[in-house]
Amino acid sequence: MKFGIVQFPGSNCDQDAYHALADVLGQPVRYIWHKDTTLGDVDCVVVPGGFSYGDYLRTGAIARFSPAMKAVMEHAKSGGLVLGICNGFQILCEAHLLPGALIRNRGLKLICEHVHLRVETIDSPFTSAARKGQVLRIPIAHGEGNYFAEPKVIEQLQREDRVLLRYCTKDGQITDAANPNGSLDNIAGICNETRNVFGLMPHPERACEKLLGSEDGRVILEGVLRMTVTAAP
Amino acid sequence: MKARIIVMPKKTVLDPQGKTVKHALESMNFRGIKDVRIGKFMEIELEGGNKAELQKKIDEACHKLLSNPVIEEYTFEIHE
Repeated sequence: MKFGIVQFPGSNCDQDAYHALADVLGQPVRYIWHKDTTLGDVDCVVVPGGFSYGDYLRTGAIARFSPAMKAVMEHAKSGGLVLGICNGFQILCEAHLLPGALIRNRGLKLICEHVHLRVETIDSPFTSAARKGQVLRIPIAHGEGNYFAEPKVIEQLQREDRVLLRYCTKDGQITDAANPNGSLDNIAGICNETRNVFGLMPHPERACEKLLGSEDGRVILEGVLRMTVTAAP
Repeated sequence: MKARIIVMPKKTVLDPQGKTVKHALESMNFRGIKDVRIGKFMEIELEGGNKAELQKKIDEACHKLLSNPVIEEYTFEIHE
């Protein structure tokens, strides 16, 4: 599985993602500069965390119009895998690859801590290596991770089984106290209709080694590796 | 010519900033405050031209980039 990691001015989790994919999982990885108009032969694009273009105007708003994102959108439309982490999730929402938006955390603070996430479905490449109901301990680090969408969109996500991860307690209960940022329905990560685009606020790439306090993020990345690679057009 | 644009969070969207500022004002004894919402004000200087065309362009800019229709609504005026 060949990975590409998009780099915007202000991306700061690009190297973490590179380390997790190349050094920990041993996969071929290359960077894609935001001005690149093509992705090359990558199978899975990672849109990493950070503060693309300083998060000016709105998080992800400027990045969404970059040449690389145009290529990412084409990649997604042709069925290629796209994984948006944190700022990457915000960008995918701005690009309308995923519905809804990420607004300011309800407590206004930037939260940087390990949280618990429940795997809601294994029907996606990204959660295919997990167990349904499995609780993962993965860090979040964001000021704007409060997932919002109109009620009919939330209903649709639920109906189509597109909420992949929810914030939960240590033992897997979905409670308001376990919701760090006010996200509707405790939503931490969703996929698109065709299930090849996944956006999540937590950072699986920061939880791939015991040394870092958790290896639970590996299950997300390893799920991607299970996919049989379909040739890019 | 200038376009003056106001972008506000939709009424259905929680505005944590507005809420916090409301609480601060109340704790400072400003009374009678029903609600506070915080948005953005933008000023765009224009080279000029046909006003109807400019209206159309600014509207497109607001819709595509300057606001996010999922969570925000906008109004604008073009001044000579």
